[in-house]
Amino acid sequence: MTAALVKPATDDVWRWLEDVPDPEIPVISVVDLGIVRDVEWKGEVLVVTVTPTYSGCPATAVISMEIEEAVRRRGVEDVRIETQISPAWTTDWITDAAKEKLRAYGIAPPSGASCAGMIKAPAEVECPRCGSPDTSEISRFGSTPCKASWRCNACLEPFDYFKSF
Amino acid sequence: MAGDTDKLVCELALRMGDNALILGQRVSAWCGHAPVLEEDIALANVALDLIGQTKLWLGLAAELGAGDNADDVAFLRDARGFRNSLLVEQPNGDYGHTLMRQFLFDAWHYPMLQGLKESADIRIAEIAEKSAKEAAYHLERSSDFVVRLGDGSDESHDRMQAALNALYPFAGELTAPDETDEALAAAGLAPDLNVLRQQYDDYVSRIFAEATLTVPEGAVRKGGKAGLHTEEMGYILADMQWLQRAYPGATW
Repeated sequence: MTAALVKPATDDVWRWLEDVPDPEIPVISVVDLGIVRDVEWKGEVLVVTVTPTYSGCPATAVISMEIEEAVRRRGVEDVRIETQISPAWTTDWITDAAKEKLRAYGIAPPSGASCAGMIKAPAEVECPRCGSPDTSEISRFGSTPCKASWRCNACLEPFDYFKSF
Repeated sequence: MAGDTDKLVCELALRMGDNALILGQRVSAWCGHAPVLEEDIALANVALDLIGQTKLWLGLAAELGAGDNADDVAFLRDARGFRNSLLVEQPNGDYGHTLMRQFLFDAWHYPMLQGLKESADIRIAEIAEKSAKEAAYHLERSSDFVVRLGDGSDESHDRMQAALNALYPFAGELTAPDETDEALAAAGLAPDLNVLRQQYDDYVSRIFAEATLTVPEGAVRKGGKAGLHTEEMGYILADMQWLQRAYPGATW
């Protein structure tokens, strides 16, 4: 009789979430970013499991709200967002297609191994504008916890680098 | 028996959470005041990581009976209830002091979290796994700065040496086990601090040698783990807690 009786397939929910943008980097979705870990029905409740990028990232709360809203908009009343911290999020979970979207947006995508070891050599980072590998780090941090500030020595443009993490 | 383990896990969560909280509070005070924009952003991000980790640790402590939730544990305890080391409550001082305090902390924090990843308690191991990645990045940065400024100009060298002389006496507490630390290690919940101290000393000596800085002699100053703090602590809490104390239950 009513739409609420029909439970959408989880595949459909995944597709909806592909349209939920990251609030700080709107060219990629929360699915692209690899932070949606699971979508499942627990009885009548749709449970979406997310993992934070950085433990203090202020975007996490906004992302949960946007996911809830995207699902409610399509008629799912009972939705619960669960947070899972292990396994810890890594930039390896960012899809290849999303890495290209980042580059086109002017953010150099993560390069090299994501393993956070002690005192590792800086990764080789290509300028997202001119493609030159001749770049240098300005600061280990940037406008969001996930980025660092870099500069291209060839075209002289400053740019954001999405840190391997 | 299970009750005893929960008590130990709760105490560990308070120690880890309070260290992250008080250092995060201290570091965040630089926001808008750092010497250059990039450093302002870097410190804000480090503070943010620490506050994020605090939510996880104090959330666990709250689950085990330390309060109703992480916020209450952070905002409604008095100084005697805090379990952070004396190092993290030391004032920001000049930029050299802030960086040196961060380095002395990070050099303990990262291997401590690496050890906690192997904890027999899965809740501890999960928080440590998440936090260790952030701490590794902090340690890289603070180590770089200690070398760059220590082995820099006469002025930067003198300031870093002064910061080391002032702060080093507080660093020993992080790796000096008390009864709780020993019980945690014996139960496989946390790493053995005696082993960790060796790693710590090796690492900081190597960085200080590279930075041309001399480690001062002198007694270790401790008390934080038992809730006995320096006079700084009251000022920090007054600043951090006044809103929740004056307007209980206030929200955004």
